[in-house]
Amino acid sequence: MAFNIQQWIDTELKKNVLFEFQGEISSKDITNFLDEIEVQLSETSPKIKKKIYNVLVECLQNLFHHSATLPDSIKYKDAAKYGICMISEEEGGYYITTGNFITPKQKNFLQKHLTYINSLNKEELKTFYKEILDNQEFSEKGGGGLGMIDIARKSGSHLDFFFEPYTDGFDFFNLRINIVE
Amino acid sequence: MESISIAGTPKTPTVSLNAETGKVEIKGRSIPENSIEFYKPIVDWLENYLSTPAAMTEVNIQLEYFNTSSSKCILDVFKKLEAIYKSGNEVVINWHYEEDDEDMLEAGEDYQSIIKIPFKMVELEE
Repeated sequence: MAFNIQQWIDTELKKNVLFEFQGEISSKDITNFLDEIEVQLSETSPKIKKKIYNVLVECLQNLFHHSATLPDSIKYKDAAKYGICMISEEEGGYYITTGNFITPKQKNFLQKHLTYINSLNKEELKTFYKEILDNQEFSEKGGGGLGMIDIARKSGSHLDFFFEPYTDGFDFFNLRINIVE
Repeated sequence: MESISIAGTPKTPTVSLNAETGKVEIKGRSIPENSIEFYKPIVDWLENYLSTPAAMTEVNIQLEYFNTSSSKCILDVFKKLEAIYKSGNEVVINWHYEEDDEDMLEAGEDYQSIIKIPFKMVELEE
């Protein structure tokens, strides 16, 4: 593949990283990440700290629920459901970056869903959130498609994302969220 | 009807449901990966409670964080309470939020606009 995942990861990790996780994320890993971040952000304003925490919860749980399982022959770094999540502090504030593998069906959904979310203003996002919240259908993991909308609302910024083809039809999906200080 | 009391954990809230006093309380953090499992007994209890509710049901929601997985379940809880209210019983929802936590206040307002029960927004001093 032309895009080198490891190279991308190495570049990202050179930033001022507060915490990162790589591999197949478990419920315990999520708790650990959140606990660690709470300690690291104890000096940050309560408002920003809450936004970061909320966005992190959604990102980590997205990795947990939605990372594609790669067949043994092509799994990345020995993890069948590889994911990476990191939080860094840069000039524009805090950035939360996630990376995971996805199926073509997921890619199709994400492309449409995230592009749509990015086209909405604050009020429209609120309306969209309430529509999905109240539509009676649960996705099998609960939440029903609210996660990305919530991330957009809480961060107050555009969702930056890209897809890079991996192997056997899978893509590597990257999402970057800015929480302005 | 038996009361329910669930102790809080780092990812799930303290829950207290009392049919005699009519007090319903959900307090703490609600960020489990699978909220449907957690909220099922609460929703089932409310379904039962609908047949013999107290004269006044006072609901206290005081959450520091809740994930989107929980937000649908919380709506489900409110819909059960709405059925009790629509049957002519008194219900009030006290939605607590920390001072300056606009996101939590807004979340309460989102629910308030969907659910036909009187909501009271209660600001907590830091």
